[in-house]
Amino acid sequence: MIEHYSSRRGLLRATGTAALSAVAIGILGDAPALARAAGKEPGGAANAGDIDILNVALGLEHEAIEAYQIGAESGLLQKPVLDLALLFQGQHKGHRDALAGTIGQLGGKAVQPKSRADYMASLNIAAIKTQADILRLAQAHELGAANAYIGVMPSLGGKELAQVCAKIAADEAAHWSLLTSALGEALPQPAFMFG
Amino acid sequence: MRWALETAAAAWLAVAATAMAMAPSGDPARGAKLYAANCGSCHSLDANRVGPAHRGVYGRKAGTARGYAYSPGMRGARIVWNEATLDRFLQNPQAMVPGTRMGFRLTDPARRADVIAYLRQQSR
Repeated sequence: MIEHYSSRRGLLRATGTAALSAVAIGILGDAPALARAAGKEPGGAANAGDIDILNVALGLEHEAIEAYQIGAESGLLQKPVLDLALLFQGQHKGHRDALAGTIGQLGGKAVQPKSRADYMASLNIAAIKTQADILRLAQAHELGAANAYIGVMPSLGGKELAQVCAKIAADEAAHWSLLTSALGEALPQPAFMFG
Repeated sequence: MRWALETAAAAWLAVAATAMAMAPSGDPARGAKLYAANCGSCHSLDANRVGPAHRGVYGRKAGTARGYAYSPGMRGARIVWNEATLDRFLQNPQAMVPGTRMGFRLTDPARRADVIAYLRQQSR
């Protein structure tokens, strides 16, 4: 998988940033319409549940961005795995921007990231010694995130917000699949790998 | 009067026994995997992350994990976490505790039972 990915690195590097921005703008551009479609006034009490859920998701994105940054700075990641990690981190930044913008459009206040020290402790970074350890941490995070986005969809107030979560869940699932392949692990046999 | 009370008590016990028999019994080993895959992005046993730490959650009053900043809704909830309350919460958290920030639903009863069995095991 790594070799396959490596052959596409140049293309991904060249197109990654622009594509992410377009995705984020597309989601953000829908946000006021989402609030109107749901019959809710921005900042109204009816939005509180959605804002809370999106803020939890934003917390996950903050954590993922910092985890990939810690991995990138660790010196343990070798190319092309390092490029893969940075690509995924960039996509999580796209999710962060989209979620924070949507929360703001709904009248909420976006949560801020925790400190590096907090993430080092809560993710047990001290136990990480190898590139494979980092990949497993990322793999676990991406699986959990994909499932989390799928799991909150029924709680959201509108199908449009659920669609936003579905888009992000698909990205997380793609990340998990590539990380699983990079670790040399087989994909599960049963259907419904997520959710 | 006594006959009526005894009959009512017997009926209640029968209903309770039936409900217990129908409830899926959880497997903590399966629950550990499900916990990692479904809860692990926000929670861990020993660290407060996006959500509170879970070791000791079974039998604990809701909203009281040390060092975690709960929503007002969860802080005010008069709930002790056990099989029944966890099962209800995981089905639809915001319906049970209005104002909780958790929106994740675990819809499969068997999976909920496994996760609850794991949380109970880890809380001993």
